[in-house]
Amino acid sequence: MINKDAKLVKNIFEKDSLEQEPTRDGFGRGLVEAGEKDKKVVALCADLSESTRIEWFQKKFPERYIEIGVAEQNLATVASGLAIYGKIPFIASYATFSPGRNNEQIRTTISLNNAPVKIVGSHAGVSVGPDGATHQALEDIALMRVLPNMTVLAPCDAEEARKATFEAAFTRTPVYIRLARDKSPLFTTADTPFEIGKAEIFWDSEKPQAVIIACGNLVHNALFAAKELSDDGVEVLVLNNHTIKPMDTKTILDAVKRAGAVVTIEEHQIAGGMGSAVAEILAQEHPAPIEFIGVHNQFGQSGKSNELIEHYGMGVNSIKEAVRKVVRRKVI
Amino acid sequence: MSDIHEEKIKELEEKANEIRQTVIKMLTEAGSGHTAGSLGMADIFMAFYFHILNHNPKNPDWEERDRLILSNGHIAPILYATMAHAGYFPLKETMTLRKFGARLQGHPERERLPGIETTSGPLGSGLSQAAGIAYGARMDDKKFRTYCLMSDGEQDAGNIWEGVMFVGKNKLSNLTAIIDRNNIQINGMTEDVMPLEPLKEKYEAFNWHIMEVDGHNIKEFIDAIDMAKAIYEKPTVIIARTIPGKGIKEIEFDYKWHGKPPSKEEAKKFLNELRTLGGKIESEHQ
Repeated sequence: MINKDAKLVKNIFEKDSLEQEPTRDGFGRGLVEAGEKDKKVVALCADLSESTRIEWFQKKFPERYIEIGVAEQNLATVASGLAIYGKIPFIASYATFSPGRNNEQIRTTISLNNAPVKIVGSHAGVSVGPDGATHQALEDIALMRVLPNMTVLAPCDAEEARKATFEAAFTRTPVYIRLARDKSPLFTTADTPFEIGKAEIFWDSEKPQAVIIACGNLVHNALFAAKELSDDGVEVLVLNNHTIKPMDTKTILDAVKRAGAVVTIEEHQIAGGMGSAVAEILAQEHPAPIEFIGVHNQFGQSGKSNELIEHYGMGVNSIKEAVRKVVRRKVI
Repeated sequence: MSDIHEEKIKELEEKANEIRQTVIKMLTEAGSGHTAGSLGMADIFMAFYFHILNHNPKNPDWEERDRLILSNGHIAPILYATMAHAGYFPLKETMTLRKFGARLQGHPERERLPGIETTSGPLGSGLSQAAGIAYGARMDDKKFRTYCLMSDGEQDAGNIWEGVMFVGKNKLSNLTAIIDRNNIQINGMTEDVMPLEPLKEKYEAFNWHIMEVDGHNIKEFIDAIDMAKAIYEKPTVIIARTIPGKGIKEIEFDYKWHGKPPSKEEAKKFLNELRTLGGKIESEHQ
């Protein structure tokens, strides 16, 4: 059942009445809040201010908005200089371009430099939809989580994106925040706990047969799958694993010890993503059967968001199937 | 024009010679590293750390200090040698260059050595970082100046021109860039590898003010830096014509010395050449 302590919305499974909002909107609000709290917050964008929602900050604080143009390497390096000087720079673009195109600049001038730049990659995942593979980032988690000093966040809805943005502003490390273009269910509330580095149990059960560890927009699908599985007599846990780095090893291990099997879910390549990070922990600490939901060594394509999520095997039915499979794999 | 007097210039020139000797010793001890660019920039580094920069080696994080960003981090030996002579750390630490556990990494790292403003080495990123610092400083009405030293070879990089556009657009006149125009890069002469000329006109087209100087004429360089402070409407780039390997005849102009250190035997010969100013005076070490 839904964990009451998570303070999720009441109508979480009512598709008709549940509010929908893209995570990038939550970022837009969180950045304005951070800017209100601290004048050191500045925002930079590479000619995508409207679609990354950084525009909301720009309108409120025009003197603290810096336009970079279509130049993502410059986006990262100018921000590095601002952070070294003492500002709190947020840089926003599409994730394929930043941290994609400017990866070396992020590695050297932000990560190795330990310059606390906040990198915001919007339009991650196939749910970008009609724009197609060129604009659907499926490797950004992998690129960012291998970098020392970097914190990596993938919020599950717009409200969590707001909190993640605000909290990221006031951490001393570089941070990567992964966002999506398309609308997705808004199911957490202002009271839902959020702390960087702390995974939350969103769906609990007394005798779980598996734990679903999810991040980003797909957490809602995971909850839907958990409910339907429960109706069929299969009990699971669902963890909202928004912090991919540093990962909440304790919560994950506790959950896996209780459940004995794992399904990870992310809108990202299987290779190098959140699931891989979970597998690295489990292989060393507590080996357990694991199934990975995500994109299998392919690029995306044009289509509607939900069409693509289904096609690439990240829909509710695929999750349920993966849970049943992993439960069968458990050594009794 | 600066009011720097002849005696001071002479003192800086002598110091530059001493620093070149330190560079030769460091590179020989390290067994790898970049000789030509380091020697070629000795006079300019001297001018910066012993005359131009408003800084405090005993308090490297002093908020009001001028910032010197070294974009082409591979000439770290001249940066370290100059910083040691200026009092940032003990001179004997220069012998730890490129060694395990050393603060003097093969390419400079901000997190390891106080006084290093940015981590650098991968070419092409320093100008934009300097631009970020200068932009932030201007937002806060800070009076310090930001300087960015670049190589000519790294002008090949797209990131440089993104930065050139950004600095030009924002008229960051509190930033002065210096290009070490020594005409060599790893694969050969810059004009053969990827022609940069007309370099002056390129910067002009991006709304910069351009000055060209002899990078071994300390007075001329200091005058250009002073002049740049008076230009409010544009950022300035000083194209400093230098001789790679300057001070040692065998190395001068030879691109093969871009990325290799002297052997022990060569070092002995080179140090003697520097100490005797190419045979003009007697070395006190002889």
